[in-house]
Amino acid sequence: MDRSLLEGDPHSILEAMAICGYCIGADKGLIYIRAEYPLAIHRLQVAIQQAEEYGLLGKDILGTGFNFEIELRYGAGAFVCGEETALIHSMEGKRGEPTFKPPFPAQSGYLGKPTNVNNVETYANIPVIINKGADWFASIGTEKSKGTKVFALAGKINNVGLIEVPMGITLREIIYEIGGGIKGGKKFKAVQTGGPSGGCLTEKHLDTPIDYDSLVAAGSMMGSGGMIVMDEDDCMVAIAKFYLGFTVDESCGKCTPCRVGNRRLLEILTKITDGKGTMEDLEELKNLSAVIKDTALCGLGQTSPNPVLSTINNFWDEYVEHVTEKKCRAGQCKALKKYMIDPAKCKGCTACARACPVSAISGTLKNPHVINQLDCIKCGTCVEKCKFGAITVR
Amino acid sequence: MDTIKLTIDNREVEVPRGTTILKAAEQMGIKIPTLCHFELEGLALENRPGGCRVCVVEVVGRRNLAPACITECMPDMVVKTNSFRALNARRTVLELMLSDHPNDCLQCPKSGHCELQSLAADMGIRDIPYKGQQSQYAKEFSPSIVRDANKCIMCRRCESVCHEYQSVGAIGAIERGFPAVVSTAFGKNLTDTNCVLCGQCVAVCPTGALAEVDNTGKILRDIANPNVKTCVQVAPAVRVALGEEFGMPAGSIVTGKIAAALKAIGFDYVFDTDWSADLTIMEEGTEVIGRLKAYLAGDKNVKIPVMTSCCPAWVNFYEKFYPELRDYPSTAKSPQGMFGATVKTYFADKIGVPRKNLVCVSVMPCVAKKYECEREELGVNGDPDVNYSITTRELARLIKICNIDFNSLPDAEFDSPLGESTGAAVIFGATGGVMEAALRTAVEVLTGETLPRIDFEEVRGLDGVREATIPVPGVADLKVAVVYGLKNARMIMEQIKAGECPYHFVEVMACPGGCIDGAGQPYHHGDASIIRARHAAIYEADRRMPLRKSHENPEVQAIYKEFYGEPCSEKSHHLLHTIYFDKKIKFDID
Repeated sequence: MDRSLLEGDPHSILEAMAICGYCIGADKGLIYIRAEYPLAIHRLQVAIQQAEEYGLLGKDILGTGFNFEIELRYGAGAFVCGEETALIHSMEGKRGEPTFKPPFPAQSGYLGKPTNVNNVETYANIPVIINKGADWFASIGTEKSKGTKVFALAGKINNVGLIEVPMGITLREIIYEIGGGIKGGKKFKAVQTGGPSGGCLTEKHLDTPIDYDSLVAAGSMMGSGGMIVMDEDDCMVAIAKFYLGFTVDESCGKCTPCRVGNRRLLEILTKITDGKGTMEDLEELKNLSAVIKDTALCGLGQTSPNPVLSTINNFWDEYVEHVTEKKCRAGQCKALKKYMIDPAKCKGCTACARACPVSAISGTLKNPHVINQLDCIKCGTCVEKCKFGAITVR
Repeated sequence: MDTIKLTIDNREVEVPRGTTILKAAEQMGIKIPTLCHFELEGLALENRPGGCRVCVVEVVGRRNLAPACITECMPDMVVKTNSFRALNARRTVLELMLSDHPNDCLQCPKSGHCELQSLAADMGIRDIPYKGQQSQYAKEFSPSIVRDANKCIMCRRCESVCHEYQSVGAIGAIERGFPAVVSTAFGKNLTDTNCVLCGQCVAVCPTGALAEVDNTGKILRDIANPNVKTCVQVAPAVRVALGEEFGMPAGSIVTGKIAAALKAIGFDYVFDTDWSADLTIMEEGTEVIGRLKAYLAGDKNVKIPVMTSCCPAWVNFYEKFYPELRDYPSTAKSPQGMFGATVKTYFADKIGVPRKNLVCVSVMPCVAKKYECEREELGVNGDPDVNYSITTRELARLIKICNIDFNSLPDAEFDSPLGESTGAAVIFGATGGVMEAALRTAVEVLTGETLPRIDFEEVRGLDGVREATIPVPGVADLKVAVVYGLKNARMIMEQIKAGECPYHFVEVMACPGGCIDGAGQPYHHGDASIIRARHAAIYEADRRMPLRKSHENPEVQAIYKEFYGEPCSEKSHHLLHTIYFDKKIKFDID
């Protein structure tokens, strides 16, 4: 959504940065932007040039004696460079990794100078607040979370896209009114908020008003404003694994718990989705997640076990099923799928046996066939070939 | 002083504001384990990334655990260093680290000196619950240093010392996440980077990820070879540090035991690099006097300041970073080089052994010396003047391998004719020593009068940059500087480049405090008191010497009479001086 703001209304950001500079006595602003966003970069460049031409940036802005200039700094798209100290190091040309706070950027930031770091969306609110007044802004939202929030609504939902909603709106309103309900009339299962470091909210949270505090209280967070809706066909263990895979890739590698711990966490999850997990593994998941949360250096590491912890909290049964019954109720974990031929329905036509790429099906003409489970690679070809609906997947 | 009170493990403590939890606990006798944290107090060397997380402690009211090494104490803070939460987290973090570490302690060069190993022992690790992917990097060899990235725990000590202390920047973290590791740019071999092989990365590495190239096997083979004669030389700083490897207190002077041990190991000739240190003063001192006189006479072409050239990492540094200024350092070879050149000519002839049948080994506090041995210009037709070099640590291993009870060895003397030395030579082992030794000779030669005092206290000490003005009556006020740490050397080079260098003569050593903390010395694990004890011992050894000026060394005087003629003669230019090359690294990114 930050990209769409930069592409759609870059001037709002420039204006807000100049206001910020005016407030804190800074005459230089830097925008750290992914080099992979060429359109946003182009539009920012145009906007900066226009603002300079109009005297809204540069020397002696509007005759006030206040000087402010803005430059762009390009990032290589590292997730961890959203962490403010890592972001500053990256802008300085150093390795994009966080450092311990204090010192906070406000004490010693870019090139050792006091620095104020703000998110694009935060800035986008500023000109509106200045124009319409703080009271107007505070009239929207909840007691503690004011104003509006942009969410990127995605997943198993009829209407996907960016939505701007007042704080305090419920999940139910977002999903069923704005989002138009679950795709294909399936059953709602969970919604992941806050991006890869966030957590899952379930049916019981559908009527909770969404604000910063209530999301944290529910084991998730506002984070990046991502909102991914999942239905009954989604396996929550696989979902946790998916998100963790992202943080494993995006860890900077500086601190041990994030560098090694998250990798080990991912390996345990993989073991479980491969049907090799034990109850001890589930205990270890809990302990390791807690330790990583407790010891990692930056926000990325401290929140990286969130998808694991929140799915464990909300979908413990599914984890246990994977381990004890070797069963994935959503049918997403390939290793746990079992293809079986119902002897009562099988006519012995041999179509499945001929189509099987690994010759895992045996049987003679006009007699019921059998799938050798050890050889089966769970590709599903046999199901497609069977004209009698004799092959079931469990 | 502004102090604050806090509680650690139920005891109240008062510390100055800004003190870390680690330091405050230390002061109370509570030892919180650390790994990445490293500090050589008073020698401006530190690494505090707060990355390993084995020092985490519980701070009451804080959301997560706090790294003790970088978290500052706050008023009324309540810290628990041994709560179950902290202990469990620390153990888990250590187990995670070990889960990506090769369990080959028995063959590891750091075994017995490894901080990870001792931490695992202290924490009673018996099993590593996490099985999974392990890093698989190939071992990398250079003439001096072996890198085994599989043992890297990302403590970043080496990176700090390489970037911040030496301003070299040859190694740093690469990759992200699990594959993150300290390596060279584009994974090049160290020799193809800006690395100057100072080896301080080896000295500070807590594990076996960085170690010296081991030459002890070569020595045993050469000693056993009936067709070759072996001779060995021992550098000044070795004699104040080797004892530590045998349980002696830091700063024990074990010169006589070293000579005895080397004889017991079986070397045919046991000589002393101190002898060639005196020879170096004769050559370098004469060069300094010559250049200085020309400069004072108004010669605009002569390069001033003269800079020392004993330290091989420093030589590598100016060849790689300032090749355009390579006319400033003295052309004199290092004492190791001068010794080798003399042994393979004068001494080989004297004992009637062809140079190819004479193996010259050096014992050095240094790993860069291993590379110096391999320099083509320091040999004849591919036969090196010094065949190879071993470190103080390797000598300790060799003594143990050879079943020698070092502690009970009676003192022995070095052999003649390359064994006699003066106090001026032994102080080569500490920062400022070469300068002082040169001054003892140069001032006397320049004034033609005996020095009223031998001790040039003004160039001693352990500050990274020291300067002094030495009045030389009738000649000039000599402006000198002594620096260690290549960052400080870089500062001098930049001064020269800008035409703003105020000095006549500059001594440079790469390592903290000079050779006493060379990368080949026994590991100090951040205990600066060890460096100070070695430093004091060097000057004590000087005081004990009957002769304390290089030009008074009878065996040096003899070799000039017998072989070299006079300092900076044609012969000595040929054998005792060298040339430097432009070795600037040009990175081709392919």
